[in-house]
Amino acid sequence: MKKQRSTFMFSMLCFGLAFLYIPMVLLIVYSFNHSKIVPIWGGFSFRWYKVLFESPEVWQALLLSLKIAVVNATFATLMGTLAGLALVRFGRFRGRTLFSGMISAPLVMPEVITGLSLLLLFITLSQFIGWPSERGFTTITIAHITFSMAYVAVIIQSRLTGMDESLEEAAQDLGAKPLRVLTDITLPILAPGMLAGWLLAFTLSLDDLVIASFVTGPGSNTLPILIYSRIRLGLRPDINALATIIIVTVAIGVILAGYIMWRQEKQRQRDQQMAAADKLDFDTETTA
Amino acid sequence: MSKDPKLAHRPWLDPEAEPYIKIQGITKRFGDFTAVDNVDLDIYKGELFCWLGGSGCGKSTLLRMLAGFETPTAGKIFIDGVEMNDIPAYERPVNMMFQSYALFPHMTVEKNIAYGLVRDGLDKATIQSKVEEIIDMVELTQFSKRKPHQLSGGQRQRVALARALVKQPKVLLLDEPLGALDKRLREQTQYELMNIQDQLGVTFIVVTHDQEEAMTLSTRIAIMDKGKFIQTGTPTEIYETPDSRFIANFIGSANIFEGHVVESGKEHVLVRSTRDQSLFYIDHGSDLQENAKVWVAIRPEKIKISKSPPEQSDHNQLIGTVDDIGYLGKLSNYKVLLDNGKIIDITYPNQVRPKSGDHLVDWEEKVYLSWDASSAVVLTH
Repeated sequence: MKKQRSTFMFSMLCFGLAFLYIPMVLLIVYSFNHSKIVPIWGGFSFRWYKVLFESPEVWQALLLSLKIAVVNATFATLMGTLAGLALVRFGRFRGRTLFSGMISAPLVMPEVITGLSLLLLFITLSQFIGWPSERGFTTITIAHITFSMAYVAVIIQSRLTGMDESLEEAAQDLGAKPLRVLTDITLPILAPGMLAGWLLAFTLSLDDLVIASFVTGPGSNTLPILIYSRIRLGLRPDINALATIIIVTVAIGVILAGYIMWRQEKQRQRDQQMAAADKLDFDTETTA
Repeated sequence: MSKDPKLAHRPWLDPEAEPYIKIQGITKRFGDFTAVDNVDLDIYKGELFCWLGGSGCGKSTLLRMLAGFETPTAGKIFIDGVEMNDIPAYERPVNMMFQSYALFPHMTVEKNIAYGLVRDGLDKATIQSKVEEIIDMVELTQFSKRKPHQLSGGQRQRVALARALVKQPKVLLLDEPLGALDKRLREQTQYELMNIQDQLGVTFIVVTHDQEEAMTLSTRIAIMDKGKFIQTGTPTEIYETPDSRFIANFIGSANIFEGHVVESGKEHVLVRSTRDQSLFYIDHGSDLQENAKVWVAIRPEKIKISKSPPEQSDHNQLIGTVDDIGYLGKLSNYKVLLDNGKIIDITYPNQVRPKSGDHLVDWEEKVYLSWDASSAVVLTH
């Protein structure tokens, strides 16, 4: 009976994993296909990787995507943190509920609508004040900041609500002026949250196809836009190679993050044991 | 300072002494709720003053007003003659030890303790020596490079204390300083706290809900209820002469008898119990009117319990049967049922080790209760 159940569980697990990973494995396998027609196997080769690396368009798109992602993540973290601070630490100011609702609106708004409305904004602006004169890096970055910021604000908000407010009071009590409290206590404690926000904003920006394709202009292709536009004309082996590189990069990132978290957890457990051991020492000392 | 050496330890009795902290008519309202209601209090230099009360009585709010985290709705606070109302928290000569300790998680023990000194702009060498000195005093030298999460509860408590003390504040505010420690550690830490206070001579204000803690620690206690101080005095004064039934029951426990005054004089009061007409003779005088409704409170440990009748007298005697016995080792609690149905609590020390394992008296046994004329207290409300 028990054996039966474990076989069932095992096959379910295999099915689940297969469902998740077979498409990606297929993609990786076909990226090493020598044949020009994707579904027909023509032998193992690095041919399409070579094509990929020699294509200047791909490099430009990658560079643009990374540039946008970094600038976006940085600004979104900055503004999102400020918004989170305002919402949690400034008490009840006029319009707080409205602000709090509006900050999370981009999270639920369909991307198509966000993209469309931003496009309209940029067109109107360029008509009236002549800026932005052309759409590309600047407009995509601004568009990305508007929605990434909301995610950062939510992360910071939850970190702040979980933070003991008496830490800030203690700093003040010890002679730190409000700005000092922010730089000495609040921000260092928020740092992990800000890093998480930065990484999330970075990923969101790299991922985004819909909003970017609305607000981009001629000649400014981010990586997702490039991939999508090429795939529209049919499956292409060089895109398989590109996708494989992305998958491997992401996998390495995830494994690395997992390892770091595992090590931190170990460290935390060790610290706790250490503190408990000291306590025992202390007790025996006093009873002796 | 004072001519009378006794007054040096009891400055509140000296009419010439100038209070160090003056709280004048302080009120704090949050919307419709009055947390602190028109409170006045003088605290003298070097005192270890406890504010005792249940949760929500306003004691923490008052403490936070002293620290500068809350602004009073009305009233003034003076520390060492300086009005505090317009001085922000970071410039006040007070430091606070928080209930949660509020240690900065990203700094080592050393950095936590040095933080206040760094903010004061002292030079590195001075900071170093002051920090080392205080770390040594709280016996944390071997832990100075650790972060707060690497410490046990008792160690964290001492870091918090050191951090608040290292700036040598005029007043140290302690919010439930021992609340997070287990019972054994708490008892030991109580005495450490008193020693440190004695060594440094800093004025301490302690907020607590634990009456035993307040009794052990303080020079004086103020009991708070619903935003007001209802009695202020030394632990002995509060325990031995509570001025209301609330206090008599809040601090320790008491047997309370309702009655009315039969005789009232300079030297004594005679009260007749409403329930069974028994007489209570109290040997301290009062200015009560005859027939006034009063309550007589007697502490459980002040009642003598005996199997044989005491010397015949018409007052301060009761007869009952033992209803329940609680053996606690060093003492026993007896519940004695009187003929009129009232149950009297008696605490009796087990001074003699019973040979057969018997109690002083047994269940269902007839017992005689008596007490000294000085033991009972007359309460008017």
